[in-house]
Amino acid sequence: MRRRLASGSTVPILTIVGFIIALWYVMAVVLNAPWAYDQAGRQGVTLDFGGLVAATWSQDRPRLPAPHQVATEFWNTTIEVAPTSRRSLVHHAWITLSATLMGFVMGATLGILLAIGIVHNRAMDASVMPWVIASQTIPILAIAPMIIVVLASLGLTGLLPKAVISMYLSFFPVAVGMVKGLRSPDRILLDQMHTWNASGTQTFVKLRWPAALPYLFASLKVAVAASLVGAIIGELPTGAVAGLGARMLSGSYYGQTIQIWSALVMASILAASLVALVGLAERLTARAMGARP
Amino acid sequence: MTVAAGGTPVIEAQGLSLTFETNDGPVHALSNVDLRVDKGDFVSFIGPSGCGKTTFLRVAADLEQPSSGSIRVNGMSPAEARQKRAYGYVFQAAGLFPWRTIEANIRLPLEIMGYGQAEQRERARRVVELVELEGFEGKYPWQLSGGMQQRASIARALAFDADILLMDEPFGALDEIVRDKLNEQLLDLWRRTEKTIGFVTHSIPEAVFLSTRIVVMSPRPGRVTDVIESTLSPDDRPLHIRESRDFLEIAARVRDGLRAGLGDEL
Repeated sequence: MRRRLASGSTVPILTIVGFIIALWYVMAVVLNAPWAYDQAGRQGVTLDFGGLVAATWSQDRPRLPAPHQVATEFWNTTIEVAPTSRRSLVHHAWITLSATLMGFVMGATLGILLAIGIVHNRAMDASVMPWVIASQTIPILAIAPMIIVVLASLGLTGLLPKAVISMYLSFFPVAVGMVKGLRSPDRILLDQMHTWNASGTQTFVKLRWPAALPYLFASLKVAVAASLVGAIIGELPTGAVAGLGARMLSGSYYGQTIQIWSALVMASILAASLVALVGLAERLTARAMGARP
Repeated sequence: MTVAAGGTPVIEAQGLSLTFETNDGPVHALSNVDLRVDKGDFVSFIGPSGCGKTTFLRVAADLEQPSSGSIRVNGMSPAEARQKRAYGYVFQAAGLFPWRTIEANIRLPLEIMGYGQAEQRERARRVVELVELEGFEGKYPWQLSGGMQQRASIARALAFDADILLMDEPFGALDEIVRDKLNEQLLDLWRRTEKTIGFVTHSIPEAVFLSTRIVVMSPRPGRVTDVIESTLSPDDRPLHIRESRDFLEIAARVRDGLRAGLGDEL
């Protein structure tokens, strides 16, 4: 057990987490101190160091909420309320997650199809890639409202516009990764297929696709995280009433920094879980394909 | 250069030339090569790098297109012969698909050619036996040694009924002990299957030991300088034949041919 702890990544990760939380508490004191001094001055009391720390870690609308404040808020909005309640963070997370997953599936599909076209069609190879790259140089914050407005004028609202923004962010890593992956087989294996008079489809199914799978999973990890970012951004300009993006936006309207931070924590938990799920699928696939353990 | 016509020609090249255009100017990989391989022959192609021995094999396999001249494989163009699956090709590296087991690798060409499941299994079993890889069917390539991988690659080329086997330095990357063993096995396999084999090598003992005919080639431009008929009996070649006088005489002639071909370059 001890050896497993020493050789694994648990200890280093916990050390870093501990360091971050300590730094967080210190920064909470520093950033919230002006307000605490101001309040104390109005009430005519002087703050000693203990009083300052207590005051900076317990404000209602701190500049930087302390970790335990975020944890309490997180607990109250996930465990203490029913998941169906509009006050529940689980409810908002699910709304964002559904758009994320839909956009991820759309983006991965689009990325794979683009890569197949680019690898197999010379005209697409020459013409599509520059546009794919150009699409990612446009700030998503600028284009997201336009996508929402255009789709709304077509009568499409709700889940789909957010998923489209997710797709816009997530197809790119998949397309780039898969172009590389589908081109990864050795010359010798392609020659081998040629000597057997294999058709283009057979070469794709039996050689290019399996050879590309490691590249696919690497890019899916990036894509799923990008999808989540896309879904959250998609909730910002719409005045959406639900979703993690909406939680952050309303939090910033009303100065509810604790609410913003707990939404952020929820978003990072979601992102980590999604990436871990893709990683699990990657390991299972590698095992099924006889990869060296 | 034409050899007394006896058997049926399997590969026939006339005035075959292939020039690669490179940034440093044209490279004459093959220049005016006339060559004939008869049915049942074991023909080795030997020469220093750049002499076009591999290129000749690749042209016969429709992996390169000649610049001029003609080549027929089983009386067809190389492209037609490839489409008829007339030959199996063994590359310098085993070229096994890493995500397929040994059996699945051997069955791959059979899948592509549309053989039924039962037939695939039966053929795989047969060639696995032929190259003595029983018990390793379920292993992945990385679990096998280099020599075993190359044997699996040969089994794969034998799995379908091509009567020509083209081998491009298949044992070049293996150590000498393994190579000796595989040479013996290959001779045995050739005798039992009665295939026609084209074999590229840069080892004189290997060429003399295996071949019924040795084609000596030289570079710049790639051309045939000598064709040597082996006087060794094809049916009786134990490893120690390499110490016999006949063997050494043939080896000396090959060496002379190689030296003459290089001319001033040596």
